[in-house]
Amino acid sequence: MTEWLERHVPKMVLAPSFVAILIFVYGFIFWTGWVSFTRSRLLPKYEIKGIIQYERLFASPRWDTAMDNLFIFGGLFIGISMVLGLLLAILLDQKIRAEGALRTIYLYPMALSMIVTGTAWKWIMNPGLGIEATVRGWGFESFAFDWVVNPDRAIYAVVIAAVWQASGFVMALFLAGLRGVDEEIIKAAQVDGIPTWRIYSAIIIPSMAPIFLSAFIVLAHLAIKSFDLVIALTGGGPGYSTDLPATYMYAMAFSRGDIGQAASSAMVMMGVVFAIVVPYLYSELRAKHD
Amino acid sequence: MTDFTQPPTANMATTTVAPRRNWSQLALRWLLFALLGAFALFYLMPLFVMVTTSLKSLDEIRTGSLIALPRDVTFDAWKTAWSSTCTGVQCEGLRPYFWNSVLMTVPAVMIATMLGAMNGYVIAQWRFKGANLIFSLMLFGCFIPFQVVLLPMARMLGLMGLAGSIPGLIVVHVIYGIGFTTLFFRNYYVTIPAELTKAAKVDGAGFFRIFWSIFLPLSLPIVVVTVIWQFTNIWNDFLFGVSFSQSGTQPVTVALNNIVNSTTGVKEYNVDMAAAIIAALPTLFVYVVAGKYFIRGLTAGSVKG
Repeated sequence: MTEWLERHVPKMVLAPSFVAILIFVYGFIFWTGWVSFTRSRLLPKYEIKGIIQYERLFASPRWDTAMDNLFIFGGLFIGISMVLGLLLAILLDQKIRAEGALRTIYLYPMALSMIVTGTAWKWIMNPGLGIEATVRGWGFESFAFDWVVNPDRAIYAVVIAAVWQASGFVMALFLAGLRGVDEEIIKAAQVDGIPTWRIYSAIIIPSMAPIFLSAFIVLAHLAIKSFDLVIALTGGGPGYSTDLPATYMYAMAFSRGDIGQAASSAMVMMGVVFAIVVPYLYSELRAKHD
Repeated sequence: MTDFTQPPTANMATTTVAPRRNWSQLALRWLLFALLGAFALFYLMPLFVMVTTSLKSLDEIRTGSLIALPRDVTFDAWKTAWSSTCTGVQCEGLRPYFWNSVLMTVPAVMIATMLGAMNGYVIAQWRFKGANLIFSLMLFGCFIPFQVVLLPMARMLGLMGLAGSIPGLIVVHVIYGIGFTTLFFRNYYVTIPAELTKAAKVDGAGFFRIFWSIFLPLSLPIVVVTVIWQFTNIWNDFLFGVSFSQSGTQPVTVALNNIVNSTTGVKEYNVDMAAAIIAALPTLFVYVVAGKYFIRGLTAGSVKG
């Protein structure tokens, strides 16, 4: 008996967590998936009715805006954060005396809640009292920066705040990567008289391909889940102009009482995340086991 | 790494001695510092604006400039934000919600870290058939967009009698934190040679004894990384907080959002900023004292497997 116990203790220790994950992750995904094929409105119904919720979803102009915004926001957020992060990492990698302090400054936004970030930027970009008013006060009377309240521009205001928050993190990833590049190769290239920019573009940056991938995955994941920032900065508005799938799902689930729409939009979000993450995780896990 | 703007032997003292070649290098060096400084200003500006705005009176905010230092420093906004500003109907300031966040975060971090340590220990050192599959399933769980579990979770919390309560939020944060904490500890324990466990087993030590007297004493760095990672995530969470709390049990992020985006009354920007800083202080503090571990958690969380 004790021997049996001894042998099975590890499994018993792992079991509660595993069961919890099975129910609260996989069981719940199944539940949401199931409900997304029903006619649930205010209360969930469990009778399968086909793809009606998905038809409603893709016919909805609000969802259309949300998906468009996801691609605009995601594309710009990921692109700018990557470029800025790489640039900062390269600049910081030039044997700067104050490197530690600068790194701390570039990265601290990552420790903040997106609600705090949104609150701060909402104030800074406030047309009446923020940057616009300040620059006008300097004598540039026609200066306009009303992005947070302009339906055509508001999504770009979200991009600014998101880049501010996450680019320091990308910098930290790239800096770690730069420190890992073999110095001998760089010395050899310098001896051969290869110009610095060529050393970067032909040797160093290509050798960091895995880090680009990691950064991309993390940023894409952040972009798709972005909810807090939009809520705090624009509340999804003006109108629905900065709605993202995450805010659409939340509105359907908790203020519109449309569970079917909430479930189907959540499933589409998961599809997008998995299309990006699953191949990556699969290759990571495989590489480790081989 | 290699410095490109200076030849290996030159330093600032010798640059003036050999003028011709070093002129361009000096200029490049200055350009570098100017760029780094400009970026530092970009990252610091919001914090600066938040702090100065929180110290101004409303009159000064309306008439003055965003980036001007306060003429008369006043802490009234901080007092209001902490103890009397309105979050919707109630006007008790941020204080009760701040304590809600503490009550929610501390147990959730502790439980998730302990479970992660045990799970990581099993997966890394007591491999059994199927352990890898279990680990992969837990890992995938880290990546789901939480929107996909919101609806069933709300119902489940109702069934468990935990709807709208702080214990309910603790349960939620523990469950969706286990994946990451397990990952952190597993990746750490995997680097400890399996011979250690084997030798201890030969000496008659059991599962818990080995964990307690061999692994736990070695774990301080990864415990710190995990605790900081969990603390930051849970303190800063908004989605679970707003979905599963009710008036009175909201965490500080939800209360902050309610203060800032309430549409009634005069907009008190100084109070908004003070409230935002109060909500950010705990994680900022952790970042300042233990930044190294914070960064390690971030990079460990992004380079998986």
